[in-house]
Amino acid sequence: MKFAGLLVMPAGFFLTIAALILFPASHASARAAFVLCGLAVEALGLVVAVRGHMEAQGKSRS
Amino acid sequence: MTPNAQPALSEATFALALVLLLLAPLAIAGLALINTGLGRSRSAAQSLLGGLAIVAVAAIVFALIGATLTGTSNGASHIFHLSGKPWNWLGKGPFLLNGFATAPAQSQLEIMFEFLAVALAAIIPWGTGADRLRLTAGCAIAAILAAIVFPLLARWVWAGGWLSQLGLNFSLGSGFLDPAGAATIHVLGGLSALAVTWTAGPRRGKFPQGGFATAMPGHHAIYILFGCLLALSGWLAFNAAGAILWMHAPLSTIPVTAINTLLSASGAVAATFAVTRFRFGKPDASLCANGWLTGLVASSASAALVTPMQALVVGVVAGIMTPLLVEFLELAVSIDDPSGAISVHAAGGLWGLIAAGVFAPQPGQLVAQIVGIATLLGLILPLVYLLFLLLNRIIPFRVDPDGERIGMDLHELGGGAYPEFVIHRDDSYR
Repeated sequence: MKFAGLLVMPAGFFLTIAALILFPASHASARAAFVLCGLAVEALGLVVAVRGHMEAQGKSRS
Repeated sequence: MTPNAQPALSEATFALALVLLLLAPLAIAGLALINTGLGRSRSAAQSLLGGLAIVAVAAIVFALIGATLTGTSNGASHIFHLSGKPWNWLGKGPFLLNGFATAPAQSQLEIMFEFLAVALAAIIPWGTGADRLRLTAGCAIAAILAAIVFPLLARWVWAGGWLSQLGLNFSLGSGFLDPAGAATIHVLGGLSALAVTWTAGPRRGKFPQGGFATAMPGHHAIYILFGCLLALSGWLAFNAAGAILWMHAPLSTIPVTAINTLLSASGAVAATFAVTRFRFGKPDASLCANGWLTGLVASSASAALVTPMQALVVGVVAGIMTPLLVEFLELAVSIDDPSGAISVHAAGGLWGLIAAGVFAPQPGQLVAQIVGIATLLGLILPLVYLLFLLLNRIIPFRVDPDGERIGMDLHELGGGAYPEFVIHRDDSYR
């Protein structure tokens, strides 16, 4: 689960890059929204990775 | 592969930046003391020796490999074109610092700044691995950061790379702004700390089965608090030198940058003091130290860009979030971070970067800052974690259980930091 989350995070990064490439400067608000979506995908990936860590931690508590 | 044109430094500016950079190692000294104080007494010598070793390894590896990949803002670089825009992604500096002595003044100071920055970044995850991370593993982590990850980020953010060119190529304010290393030093260090704790796991007995997290307080409040004061001097130097080198700030703006640094730290420690006083009935010394550091970390991004009142706001927000985040990470997320590096450096750095975008007057600056943050979270964190996982296969991060029981000093160095004192038995090993 941790690895799934960590794989989602680069997808979010490529979304932000895609926003820069696809939207010209004249579409500033659409570009900003797309960039924020990329960041949201990364946040989602981080949450999944952290949840995966917590699950693994729960199993190996000493 | 076109070099970026940068204005030449005057002699006075060169002299001031050089003096500031000579003071910057105080930040490293402060952080090393804080890491030591927040660890246990039976690992104190290993912690401080590790700090020295990590600085040495980071400097050597950066000289051998990293400086070449980073290059300088005036030097050649590797560029690819995508959608008609240049993406400057890697430097092409001289091999083994060849010709460094005769390089332009700006380039010499840039490289010097980066040497100090990589040492500071590499020492951050060491505090998180306290009491269980082997000395060789700490040095190997420093080598990985100095050889691969830091040079990439330093290129992108400082030396004319694609993040710094977001303003020019995509009309996003002045491009990603990080004059004193909130991203390249602190967020990188903080995310590396997260990767270290994910890779090495918590200290034995920290999260007992079916119980709450065990409190393992730092062993020396004086080290921690004195380290904070030392760090202030280093941060003042880093922030002022960064503003001169990476933002070409005129000398008349440097006092404001210094005052903003102090105000940010002051606001942060006052806020943490109030929060811990409210939550626990008494202010908590180590959390207040973490709050102070978070204020300094946040100022790394914003001190050269904001007004004094805005710097105070940046500090207060940093100071409120630090104790809450430290508690959340330990109790809710089961992350064992003795030095609080993830809350202080990663979260504090991210907040500073956002604040720089929020308070900057240029349109599009906040989006540029968010693109930088997305790069750190979406690319650098997975990369660092992957590298650490591979490294852990070659050089195991974690000491064996017996070493953890007797303490890192005896296990790794053969002698303790306080030989004339009796170190009490640890109840968590019963």
